[in-house]
Amino acid sequence: MSHQDDSDLVARLKAGDQAAYAQLVNDHAARIYRLALRMMGNETDAEDVLQETFLSAFKSIDNFEERASLSTWLYRIATNAALMRLRRKEPELVSVEEPVERDDGDLLPRQFFDFCCLPEEDFLRAEARAEMLRAIDELPATLRSVFILRDVEGLSTEETAAALDLSISAVKSRLMRARLKLRERLATYFSQGPVIPETRQ
Amino acid sequence: MSTVHLQHEHNRETCRQYLESLGDYVEGTLAAELCREIEAHMAVCDNCRIVVNTLAKTITLYRQMPSPELPNAVRERLFAVLDLAPYYRPGPESEDEPDSVT
Ligand SMILES: [Zn+2]
Repeated sequence: MSHQDDSDLVARLKAGDQAAYAQLVNDHAARIYRLALRMMGNETDAEDVLQETFLSAFKSIDNFEERASLSTWLYRIATNAALMRLRRKEPELVSVEEPVERDDGDLLPRQFFDFCCLPEEDFLRAEARAEMLRAIDELPATLRSVFILRDVEGLSTEETAAALDLSISAVKSRLMRARLKLRERLATYFSQGPVIPETRQ
Repeated sequence: MSTVHLQHEHNRETCRQYLESLGDYVEGTLAAELCREIEAHMAVCDNCRIVVNTLAKTITLYRQMPSPELPNAVRERLFAVLDLAPYYRPGPESEDEPDSVT
């Protein structure tokens, strides 16, 4: 959606038009819920983040400056709401001042099981899907937000940077760290072969 | 397995240098010259070749992950909380079980 398309809607929102509010929700609620669900990892918290996002968007619509699109602006509000909530729930995963460049030591690949060409059904198993979601949940929240916006929601590097108030280079470096961590984890998981629940430690 | 491991130890510094370019490499946004360098290295380094393949596969798997739908009940409560209840219309909800998160 271009900024141009937004401007009519923004004008109506700023004028307090109820139908415009409803349109904003209809246009974006599904996407924001998806983001919230991936960030929070459970439906209850995701719904809270969804409601919080639109409540605070409605409250601050007067401050909306059309440098960003409405969509990026909402992503930004939603990510902040999610991070704030995560900070309360799991402070150890969301240090506010996470160093942007940590020693590469923990990024160096250690698991070299080549799972890229496993039969497709291995990736479609419910177990594998659940493992992929758990892997997102266990990323530090600052990496998780970048990964979700870029690789799950498909935002560009620039849009992600705008939504998270990060520099382009910070987005790239966090995305790389997130992807390497996920790769490491999936390589470990798939190296164990198809999982038979009773025998898995 | 152990020979691969030894080779990795041997090239560790080289591998580490390429690590940060791999993201741009798998996205196809890396400068051509550096691409050729990485490809030459992958030809002799199994570990880096595997990391590149599995990194690309990881990204593909997440991009293909089915996206959860917004349940109508959640949508309805959202409209209510926002004082927009009269504007609520149920969305198209698929018959499938929404994919579970936990
Ligand atoms: Zn290498």
